[in-house]
Amino acid sequence: MDPIIETKGLTHTYSAGTPFEHTALDSVDFAAYPGEYLGVIGHTGSGKSTLIQHLNGLLKPTSGQVLFQGQDIWSDPKTTRRTRFQVGLVFQYPEYQLFEETVYKDISFGPRNMGLDEGEIDRRVRQAAYFVGLRDDQLDKSPFELSGGQKRRVAIAGVIAMEPKVLILDEPTAGLDPVGVEAILSNIRDYHQARGATIILVSHSMEEVARTVDRLVVVNDARIPLQGTPREVFRHGEQLEAMGLGVPQMTRVFHRLRALDVDVDPSVYTVEQARAAILDALERGPRKAENRLCGERKKEPADMEFSAPVAENGMEQASSDEGVR
Amino acid sequence: MQNIIQTQDLRFAYTGPEGVSPVVLDGVTLSIAEGSFVAVLGHNGSGKSTLAKHMNAILLPSGGTVYVDGVDTRDEEKLLDIRRTVGMVFQNPDNQIVANVVEEDVAFAPENLGVPPAEIRQRVDDALKAVGMYKFREHAPHLLSGGQKQRVAIAGVIAMRPRCVVLDEPTAMLDPIGRADVMRTIKALNRERGVTVVLITHHMDEAAQADRLIVMSKGKIVADGAPKQVFQDVEGLATVGLTVPQTTQLLWQLRQEGLDVPLDALSDEECAQALAALLA
Amino acid sequence: MALKDITLGQYFPGNSVVHRLDPRTKLIAVMLYIVALFLCEFFLTYAILFLTLCACIKLSGVPVKSIVRGMKPVVFIVVFTALLNLFYTPGEHVLVKLWIFTITLEGVFSAFFMVVRILMLISGTFLLTYTTSPILLTDGLESLMGPLKKVKVPVHELAMMMSIALRMIPTLIEETDKIMSAQKARGADFESGSLLQRAKALIPILVPLFISAFRRADELAVAMECRCYHGGEGRTRMRQLRYQANDRRTIAAFLALTVLVGVLGHFGL
Repeated sequence: MDPIIETKGLTHTYSAGTPFEHTALDSVDFAAYPGEYLGVIGHTGSGKSTLIQHLNGLLKPTSGQVLFQGQDIWSDPKTTRRTRFQVGLVFQYPEYQLFEETVYKDISFGPRNMGLDEGEIDRRVRQAAYFVGLRDDQLDKSPFELSGGQKRRVAIAGVIAMEPKVLILDEPTAGLDPVGVEAILSNIRDYHQARGATIILVSHSMEEVARTVDRLVVVNDARIPLQGTPREVFRHGEQLEAMGLGVPQMTRVFHRLRALDVDVDPSVYTVEQARAAILDALERGPRKAENRLCGERKKEPADMEFSAPVAENGMEQASSDEGVR
Repeated sequence: MQNIIQTQDLRFAYTGPEGVSPVVLDGVTLSIAEGSFVAVLGHNGSGKSTLAKHMNAILLPSGGTVYVDGVDTRDEEKLLDIRRTVGMVFQNPDNQIVANVVEEDVAFAPENLGVPPAEIRQRVDDALKAVGMYKFREHAPHLLSGGQKQRVAIAGVIAMRPRCVVLDEPTAMLDPIGRADVMRTIKALNRERGVTVVLITHHMDEAAQADRLIVMSKGKIVADGAPKQVFQDVEGLATVGLTVPQTTQLLWQLRQEGLDVPLDALSDEECAQALAALLA
Repeated sequence: MALKDITLGQYFPGNSVVHRLDPRTKLIAVMLYIVALFLCEFFLTYAILFLTLCACIKLSGVPVKSIVRGMKPVVFIVVFTALLNLFYTPGEHVLVKLWIFTITLEGVFSAFFMVVRILMLISGTFLLTYTTSPILLTDGLESLMGPLKKVKVPVHELAMMMSIALRMIPTLIEETDKIMSAQKARGADFESGSLLQRAKALIPILVPLFISAFRRADELAVAMECRCYHGGEGRTRMRQLRYQANDRRTIAAFLALTVLVGVLGHFGL
């Protein structure tokens, strides 16, 4: 399959020619494919923010190319502007960019800039609000009356309303509590599934990417040293550790377990997989499995979660309490 | 052991232009022993930040009483004593750094307290060393990373020589490296200097590192005990919008399968040991 | 060109004799220098001050290039004043007469000295900000203005406001950069359209920026209270300003210079 968006030999140098010169990306070849859920990880200053800002043409490459559906996005100004709308970018703490009097108007800012007609704008705003779980009566409220988690969902809706083919989110769950994190991740998942859009999730949390993405790209030191399925990437625990990233907790536990001479699958990275691996090992009988190969088990659904009961109206409770803060 | 902070049936509701808003704190009775490391866990809006702001008289109770080192926080005469006894660190380091040179910022509190110049110098150096930021003392704060800024903010508080430090989600805006650095600093403060630490957080892994864990929901304390005990109530925590560390999740799920594993194996190592015992 | 590339405060860290002077000394010296500059009349007096300036720049180790670069924004004003002086100074020695414009010898001198005066004034003050950290400058001002407290001027508060402003400016610039990028990602266009359209395009930046600035101010105020801030009363400072031998010498030298220039200027030199 051809990538929907890719970079070829992308290099970006900040403040070139001054003593502050700094190369944030060094001939990076990056690709995202139609319909995939891609994770991008890397510590602060690794170059990942610079990379994603190239994907929708906010930054211009110092050298190299950015291609959207095979076309150089800088080939002419019209293409650049069109790419802005086809590749939606949600920044970190997006709630700080809200500015309109009502939630509805704020969400419609993007579609309006696209020059759509009123009917289409209305459809998109309502659809986007639906994706992020905003009720109709909330559309006429001022965004500043909402709780932190709700504001963030309004901001995400503002980008979703442009109906981008590629949706990039930079740390969308930063600073939220577990209920807030789940709500945002499931909003994104809904958009992914309903639209078949490509999702690029930038995250610091290994546990979070481990249970959401199909493929991982690791950015470190202006390059992409590792990429592949989470299983492949998390195999390089020591290398990730050295980059200041680490591996999910379950991977660490299973590595400890192997160090204790227990034969279990070393490529476990979610709780669900861990449970299956332990049950599997028990079935095989204690210590009998030494010579048996750990075949690749059937892939667990990436979005399988902690299955303990979560209060169904947890989100609403949290938000209504939050309103008073 | 003596209690540094004590609350007695603490109630609080914000009074806005439209009258009194819903209750944020609904009868919190709590004592925090000097020298302990206490984590307060709760979802957004559970009242945990509001509770923190009562611990050094930034907010005053609508009902009930808060004592800091035996002094009622409503006693205006003792306000400076209260604030210097209990220091406070907030979420966003950018919004609590006052000066544009690191050491000048750390000197801010002792300067306010009228400490003689030579001693301020000593306190500043000492505080910066305690957070591992001494070599950055002449840097401009806006050029530091988030984790470094937050450590400067912590130094700015410990330069007051407080007996207790309350940190309100100090790692929420940091990346994993910054978070680990800040957590290390906080723990060292508690272990090596005997400073009482109250850590407000919604990160389970951070809460797990405390000696005592208090869980809040809807303005009330719903659980209080050692992290190992509190996390065992997986279902209870889920109903108040919290999850438990993945180690506990795994062990809990295995128990649901009828397996005999302990629920209190919280660290990677303990969990691995427990699983090894199961499979042996 | 990102907003954050703009350098503010323009302080050049260093350890030269000039850097080490007490900020109050430098403030006083600059004030005396400015007074002297206005007492100058002709070549000799300007030359004396020019040499003084050169000596100070040399001693400070600040590259001349940076001082020259700092003048760029004022080029327009300088050229404008020079032209005004050139054409509108009445005099006896008419050099050129063009339509309604007359250029006199007096006009040429006047324009020339005006340019020299402005450029020397700017370089002198730049030298002050280049060699004094903003925080020391604030301290120096607070200390020099101390006597004004008696007439109820809130000197401490002004100094505190200034230092907080200096602290927050880089943060707010960074924030503006972020908000601009975020709105551009939603298709905002700041570069085209009529003046009115462009002004309107600023709303999505200004509203979030103001909200954020107020939120920051609010949080900062609470954080300051937590650190026992209660105004200037009873406050001590870690860094004590103390006049050294060099400071006394510098002030004496600049006083003498001003008097000398004043006397020479009186004789039209």
